[in-house]
Amino acid sequence: MDFELMITSFPKLLNATLITLKLLIASLVFGLFIGLLFAILRMNKNLIVNKFAYGYSYVFRGTPLLVQIFIIYFGLGQIEYLRSTVLWVILKEPYWCAIIAFALNTGAYTSEILRSAFQTIKPGFIEAGKSLGISSKIIFYKIQIPIAIRQSLPAYGNEIILMLKGTSLASTVTLMDLTGVAKYIISTTFKPIEVFIVAGSIYLFMTFLIHTTIKYLEKKFSY
Amino acid sequence: MEILAFGKTGWGDELFYATLMTLAVSITAMLIGFIFALIFTPLKLSKNKFLNLIGNCYTTVIRGVPELLVIYLFFFGGSGAIMYVASIFGYYEYIEINAFITGSFAIGIISGAYSTEVFRGAIQSIDKGQFEASKVLGIKKHIQFYKVVLPQMLRLAIPNLSNVWQITLKDTSLISVTGLVEIMRQSYIAAGSTRDPLFFYSFAAVLYLLLTYLSMKLINKLEVKYSRGY
Repeated sequence: MDFELMITSFPKLLNATLITLKLLIASLVFGLFIGLLFAILRMNKNLIVNKFAYGYSYVFRGTPLLVQIFIIYFGLGQIEYLRSTVLWVILKEPYWCAIIAFALNTGAYTSEILRSAFQTIKPGFIEAGKSLGISSKIIFYKIQIPIAIRQSLPAYGNEIILMLKGTSLASTVTLMDLTGVAKYIISTTFKPIEVFIVAGSIYLFMTFLIHTTIKYLEKKFSY
Repeated sequence: MEILAFGKTGWGDELFYATLMTLAVSITAMLIGFIFALIFTPLKLSKNKFLNLIGNCYTTVIRGVPELLVIYLFFFGGSGAIMYVASIFGYYEYIEINAFITGSFAIGIISGAYSTEVFRGAIQSIDKGQFEASKVLGIKKHIQFYKVVLPQMLRLAIPNLSNVWQITLKDTSLISVTGLVEIMRQSYIAAGSTRDPLFFYSFAAVLYLLLTYLSMKLINKLEVKYSRGY
């Protein structure tokens, strides 16, 4: 055991954790919007819209995240047309490519979580709203969404933890996140166990924090 | 389509073998995972606090740490650990372990943590009366496990195990970082030499979709088979 290496690598790894957190938060925020959008599309009665939303979530949940990042980072740059548009400013940055891939991926899982949450809402709640003369738009925003959020919290907590682990793939597109820096230190010092313990502890600590926060929110929003 | 031709002119056969490799690694990893689950499930269900702690540590750490980090640990630390053991026995030459073994072991440990949770949940949801009834009938402990607990457990576990299989199948894409030529690595090589990453990575995605789709069909059949009588 090389304790000195563990102590010297800790600040470096902690610094890299910042990038991991940035990636996580950005992809969760975008992913939540995408997820909500596709959950609503999934409940649409129009068959084409419905199938489109189903296809989206099927493809993104059925393929590895690594393929998705590679398609976006290496693949999209190949399209000549894209290079001439404003989009290229975003797509040439590995940071944004990673966020787009993560957001699309977590969006697919989130849409499934939200859809099942919406479907488990008792029809009585909506009927009660209707009989009180509340417009269906307000029923959606004030009754369905808050209940769905509460129902989906446990599953969404798991999804956040999965996404935290998913951000480690950013290191494959040259980003120096926690895993990227850990790999760099391992490959220069050849001391994998020490670095694994330090980096792993940081990840476990973050997982623990997410878990505790979700548990707290579950308690707070329970009815 | 020319680019996917079999033989020397296209990448068809290479990608076909790569797909078989992905399947082989996934199945090996899943089986290694079952061995881990068989060891750690009793620990997690044990009443002994110390054994319980070991079981919980395994599932918590593995499920809380990114898969890629675990793979790097095995990739960089695997041969070092084997060489250390060998040096105790007086063997000092360099030992290199095969990427297939390292990869399936790393993925196996990860999949084992998920399988452990599935088995634990399945055993815990078996009705207590079943255990009591077999005790009353004087059935021996190991026969009770094979004839009473296992069949009921499998029925409950198969839907969740199919999730673990999907996770394992997708995790094998990460082994490409160690150089094992599976779907992802082969696409990387092909994309590099043809400068057509969009096509090859999209094709890799299609291959993964095909694998998940076909395996789901198969598992659904198993599910029907094991839920006969319910």
